[in-house]
Amino acid sequence: MSLRLQAHSLACERDDRWLFRGLDLDIRAGEIVRVEGPNGSGKTTLLKILSGQLADYEGELFWDERPMREARDDFLSNLLYMGHAPGVKAALTPLENLTWYQAMAGQPQDEASRYAALDDVGLAGFEDLPAGQLSAGQQRRVALARLVLTPRPLWVLDEPFTAIDRDGVAALERRLFDHARRGGCVLVTTHHELTPCAELRRIHLGGGGLDDGN
Amino acid sequence: MTGTEGSVSKEVPVVFHGEPGGGLAVAFWATLKRDLVLLLRRRSEVMNPLVFFAIVITLFPIGISPDPQLLTAIAPGLLWVAALLAALLSLDSLFRADYDDGSLEQLLLTPQPLAVLALAKVAVHWLLTGLPLALMAPLLGVMLALPAGSYGVLAVSLALGSASLSLIGAIGAALTVGLSRGGVLLSLLVLPLYIPVLIFGAGAVQAAIFGDGVMAHLAILGALLALALILAPLAIAASLRISING
Amino acid sequence: MWAFINKLRSPKWFYAISARLQPWFWAAALILIVIGSVWGLAFAPADYQQGNSFRIIYVHVPAAFLAQSIFVSMAIAGVVFMVWKIKIADMAAAMMAPLGAAMTFIALFSGAVWGVPTWGTWWMWDARLTSMLILLFLYLGVIALRGAFTSRDSASRAASVLAMVGVINIPIIKYSVDWWYTLHQPASFTITGRAAMPLEMWAPLLIMVLGFYCFFIALTLMRTRSEILRRESNKRWVRDLAGGER
Repeated sequence: MSLRLQAHSLACERDDRWLFRGLDLDIRAGEIVRVEGPNGSGKTTLLKILSGQLADYEGELFWDERPMREARDDFLSNLLYMGHAPGVKAALTPLENLTWYQAMAGQPQDEASRYAALDDVGLAGFEDLPAGQLSAGQQRRVALARLVLTPRPLWVLDEPFTAIDRDGVAALERRLFDHARRGGCVLVTTHHELTPCAELRRIHLGGGGLDDGN
Repeated sequence: MTGTEGSVSKEVPVVFHGEPGGGLAVAFWATLKRDLVLLLRRRSEVMNPLVFFAIVITLFPIGISPDPQLLTAIAPGLLWVAALLAALLSLDSLFRADYDDGSLEQLLLTPQPLAVLALAKVAVHWLLTGLPLALMAPLLGVMLALPAGSYGVLAVSLALGSASLSLIGAIGAALTVGLSRGGVLLSLLVLPLYIPVLIFGAGAVQAAIFGDGVMAHLAILGALLALALILAPLAIAASLRISING
Repeated sequence: MWAFINKLRSPKWFYAISARLQPWFWAAALILIVIGSVWGLAFAPADYQQGNSFRIIYVHVPAAFLAQSIFVSMAIAGVVFMVWKIKIADMAAAMMAPLGAAMTFIALFSGAVWGVPTWGTWWMWDARLTSMLILLFLYLGVIALRGAFTSRDSASRAASVLAMVGVINIPIIKYSVDWWYTLHQPASFTITGRAAMPLEMWAPLLIMVLGFYCFFIALTLMRTRSEILRRESNKRWVRDLAGGER
């Protein structure tokens, strides 16, 4: 049993502009895949397609060697996605935020694990403050606590290093590599240079261009 | 961020066959509860439609005439139109905060059916907008010289009807959440669809005043609600998926 | 069936086939409308109650028919676009919306003109006219929503969903407005709601209706063709076409 996310000749057209075409991907357990490219090259769009949010693409997606259409529910119960916006409610405390995520992930409600997750991302002592009173980096850490709280093998992270301080960046980088070494799989976009290692693979986006078919 | 080294050797569990049906009730209640807490922490947002309702009702006697007979004749329609506009006022914010802070994406990515989770959000809108408006309407009815005996029908018709309004309105809110200035457009999309509910809602109150049977009206309001309950969540879910695409 | 749907995926194929169909529909529209108007305006007998003013029916009824049919066609095109991702369907839907709004406006305006000799006023809250007015608002909503998105793909999807929601609501709105009308004005006179029109009167009406439909099809084909060129302007076949004609 291994997790495997594949894409065959993936193409995405946005308002007559091809973001990317003919993209073949095969992402397996134990890999960190960094999606690179200049601004506007479709990195976020690619992550949204690969995380099943966008249905507006050409080509085929496979999860566990089954077409995505059939495997969607399985896929979603293996996925942890974090977008540009951290998905943290300012009026709720970090603890309450995690309560909702725990329920959405279908996990049993367990306060101890929520405390442990917040402690793990360096938010001990901030559990009961409204998230709106925390700094941007701390709010991002609330979102990152989900990586600890909800064990999911496939992580799709869009700019997870945003607003995080230097210690936090190092810890998050370690966390990504640990996840890959333990048989997980990480798909990430970031402006931060990841330390090169055996697990790291790169996908470069860019170009696009006009359509010349009909 | 410390303390991950100790767990390196652990294997990542791979859930190959998730059971999307199992956690649906939990996810529904968690979303309902979260949204209730969120709105109750921003109480002014709950109060605004109610105050709006009261002010609008005050404007009519001033603008038309304080004559009780005239007011009695137009009270059912006025109360219903004002309540409908008040409910519309708070619709724009239904998905807006979730869209801005990224939790809407997360809602879309749970293995649970999005339509059901959207229904939880709509239920909160009704509980904190439609239902309070319905409970408040009899009070304003007194100010419009609404005859005794029609107050119960007014509250019941508004409670039933505003649930349909929340459901239909949520479609418009979901369609316009990605737009920076969706507010006026939302009204334009939603108000024509509100007309059947308005006709039977105000009709019920009028029937109560004339002493006709009100059950037919309320039954039709119930039927409209049943139809909206079945179809609107699907449209809301589809619209949210469109809006998240930008 | 499937072959046809697959062919529809190619704008080039549609562009070629519509070029051949278009003249026939234009010719049919012209002939039918000329015959219908001359017959209806000059030869059909005058109405025993309304005199010659009833002849406005030959514009009012076809426009009203078309106004409703175009909304339904727009919703069907929306379904085709959403289910099979056929862009032609969306282009056609985008082109139909202003045409449908225009037809609704013509129906409303001719109804108002008809109202002057019949009711002595430009506007009566007649059930049909009220439904037409609401239909106009639905059209304006679809047009406004499509215009509000910066991404055309999202605009297309959102407009499709709204058209589908609208088409489900049209019968509900129509029946509730009819019901509302009979409640408030039980014994008044509707302009077109009478049975038993003699053959000499309805035959030209039928011809006019057919003529209007042909006109609608021809105009939609023409406008969709220009929309294809606009949207596909960077595709090779369009550039070849432009080069060849230069």
